[in-house]
Amino acid sequence: MSDTQWDAYEVFHQKKKGDPHIHVGAVHAPDPQMALQMARDQFARRLQCVSLWVVNSRHITETDYQDERFFAQWIDKSYRDPKAFGAPEKEEP
Amino acid sequence: MNAEKTYEEKLAEFESRVARGEKVEPGDWMPEDYRKTLIRMIGQHAHSEIVGQLPEGKWIPFAPGFRRKLTLIAKVQDEAGHGQLLYRAAETLGKSREEMLEELLAGKAKYANVFNYPTPTWADVGVIGWLVDTAAVVNQTMLSQTSYGPYARAMKRICYEESFHIKQGYDAVAVLAKGTPEQRAMAQDAINRWWYPTLMMSGPPDTLSTHSQQSLKWRIKTKTNEQVRQEYVDLIAPQIRALGLSVPDNDCHVDEKTKHWHYTQPDWDELKRVVNGDGPCNKERLGVRKQVHEDGRWVREALAARQRRKEAVA
Repeated sequence: MSDTQWDAYEVFHQKKKGDPHIHVGAVHAPDPQMALQMARDQFARRLQCVSLWVVNSRHITETDYQDERFFAQWIDKSYRDPKAFGAPEKEEP
Repeated sequence: MNAEKTYEEKLAEFESRVARGEKVEPGDWMPEDYRKTLIRMIGQHAHSEIVGQLPEGKWIPFAPGFRRKLTLIAKVQDEAGHGQLLYRAAETLGKSREEMLEELLAGKAKYANVFNYPTPTWADVGVIGWLVDTAAVVNQTMLSQTSYGPYARAMKRICYEESFHIKQGYDAVAVLAKGTPEQRAMAQDAINRWWYPTLMMSGPPDTLSTHSQQSLKWRIKTKTNEQVRQEYVDLIAPQIRALGLSVPDNDCHVDEKTKHWHYTQPDWDELKRVVNGDGPCNKERLGVRKQVHEDGRWVREALAARQRRKEAVA
């Protein structure tokens, strides 16, 4: 019985135009078109949706949670933060 | 770097992270028992959703009226969707969906015991939505706080849909409770039969449960079985009475000191018997599941053929 596995596709859901596509989960499907059908049934059968993206899970490249150095802040980076400076937001008239 | 840390150091780090309420993601280091426990739990949960379609699904052709029929189809479709979400969550821990499906079909996998009880009347459909899904939501709301990220995310989505299941179930029973004497008797009979099986859903008392302590420590579960069961009884017992129906337990009352509902423990030997295959519907459920799998084979073959042809053309 080798017909029940299929590839996994990550699903991204856009609620309305102007919103970002948000990752909501994954479906199994034999091809991308079927993945869209499955994604509609799984993630858009109730909630508002104007667009879905599916990406074969194998095509996702991810960082390694265990490589703590990847996101390490080696030096104080507060100079990138607007709150680190004393300039006024807005002068009172 | 993690590679230079000993197992004990990694375990201590893991446990303190989890204790702080941080989530664990698929690529994280985790103790092997954590992985195994979650694969077992999420797999059983997925199987429960799949098998859970069957006791109610058989009522779809007989639902009283078109609106009830559509509602029931939607509910059963939700259960299938929940199964798929959960199989995927379990897959992130390294076990394939195919393997899990095969274990279920081979009768090697466990699923929620409650689905091994029969649904002889329409009232059973309402009572499953109301009682079984209330018990499920109490448990799943607890599990939406689990330390394993993919399981927590699936639970949040599932709980949202289960609240529709409870409401439609309550509504179906309320109609019967306000109906003819025969309809009231049918609703009461269903509650009588489902009361104890739903009490068993949160699992045996923690003194009898082998997995509880470790699961609590790693925040796989965030409440004990007894806490979850008490929450369920506190919610459902007053609702049953409010409809003019009764809880089939003469000792079910509010404890003046604790303000919680006191109840009689179910027969835990019965749970053991039914889980191990000797329930009223174990064979029927697995039989239907196998039949459905065979009936759907041509669809899977057609999809595979379509894919092969596309690859040949490309």
